[in-house]
Amino acid sequence: MATLQEIMSKPVGLAPGHRMCAGCGIGSIVRAILAASDKPVIIANATGCLEVVTTIYPYSAWKVPWIHVTFENAAAVASGIETAYKSLRKRGKIDKDVNILAFGGDGGTYDIGFQALSGALERGHNFMYVVYDNEGYMNTGNQRSAATPYGANTTTVPAGSKSFGKPQWRKNIVEIAAAHRIPYAAQATNHNIIDLYNKAKKGFEADGPAFLAVLQPCTTNWRFDPAATMAYSKLAVETNFWPLYEIEKGKVHINHKPKNRKPIEEFLKGQGRFKHLFKDENKHVIEKMQMMVDKEWERLLKLEESGIEL
Amino acid sequence: MTEKKGWKDLMRGADLPPASSLEYKTGSWRTSRPVWDPDKCTHCMFCVAYCPDMAISIVKSEEGVKGFNGRIYKGTVRLETDLDFCKGCGICVHECPTHAIEMIREEEATSSK
Repeated sequence: MATLQEIMSKPVGLAPGHRMCAGCGIGSIVRAILAASDKPVIIANATGCLEVVTTIYPYSAWKVPWIHVTFENAAAVASGIETAYKSLRKRGKIDKDVNILAFGGDGGTYDIGFQALSGALERGHNFMYVVYDNEGYMNTGNQRSAATPYGANTTTVPAGSKSFGKPQWRKNIVEIAAAHRIPYAAQATNHNIIDLYNKAKKGFEADGPAFLAVLQPCTTNWRFDPAATMAYSKLAVETNFWPLYEIEKGKVHINHKPKNRKPIEEFLKGQGRFKHLFKDENKHVIEKMQMMVDKEWERLLKLEESGIEL
Repeated sequence: MTEKKGWKDLMRGADLPPASSLEYKTGSWRTSRPVWDPDKCTHCMFCVAYCPDMAISIVKSEEGVKGFNGRIYKGTVRLETDLDFCKGCGICVHECPTHAIEMIREEEATSSK
């Protein structure tokens, strides 16, 4: 197992000078993931925060080959890169081993890029898809996505006297990815860099497609103090809102089981997007949220315990 | 009929040199800056890993550096924060286990110089 010292000593694939918001943790996610590859990496990056902030013309923050693709087709382009690479290799035109990586935000993954992602996973291309999940369309100003949690206030599902915010629970993207019978799917956060690194390593080494969902608390549109980004990641895990787990060849393994599960309010409080939930009339929303979090966690525990292959 | 062209004949799109963002100094965004006290530092690397702007560089130190509790820390150690790129988000201050970093207002930092 690598230590944090060892991980940080690896070459850094992303340069400073990018224009992520102060306190945006995507930089830490990209750094840890690129550190986990011992081979050169080729990246296809869907439109989204990461793409916008790293490549404002005429600057690029990338130190590795990187292609910007549209919102919907990061996985399709990664498939094409992988196929071209295999063909070049077969014809003896290239002899290097490479890793192929796709980055997308939750908008480009849960919603717009979903069809291309499903296709790529089904065809079994040897690549890893990483979604940095900030739970909404954040660089365009907080519109809801399929990853936005229940009860969150967004500009397209605003909270008010007739609405408590988003009325739907978020899509379970990791299990959807795993349902394609891919060798590796996992959920991670940026506060636990070693866990994230280990998962990225497994994803790169998997024989076939790998899928990794990483929580990225958005200081701008979740509306909290920029210094608290990693703290919110941690709270998401400690409240079981975002469990750290992996699905290896269909088998669920939970990487961290909080000893004393914190109530969901701990995660919600201090976030502007959930502020309205603390009003008396919205008490039932928090209660329902707690119920759903607990139910999902119980289900995950049962899946792990049973050893059933998903 | 126009002449057939292969992909190699196509005009190149915008290709940028790697890491050219280094020319763009995001440090000017800052309203507060982190001040690091090496004497309280255990070189645990949390701040390095969490800094979204890769603004905390590291080196290998064979002889070691003096840090928390007067101990000598060998191996991978951190250096001063690069203020050319630090946006002053304060994550390092928030996450430091030994409170070796504190945040001060920019005007305070610049007036004391």
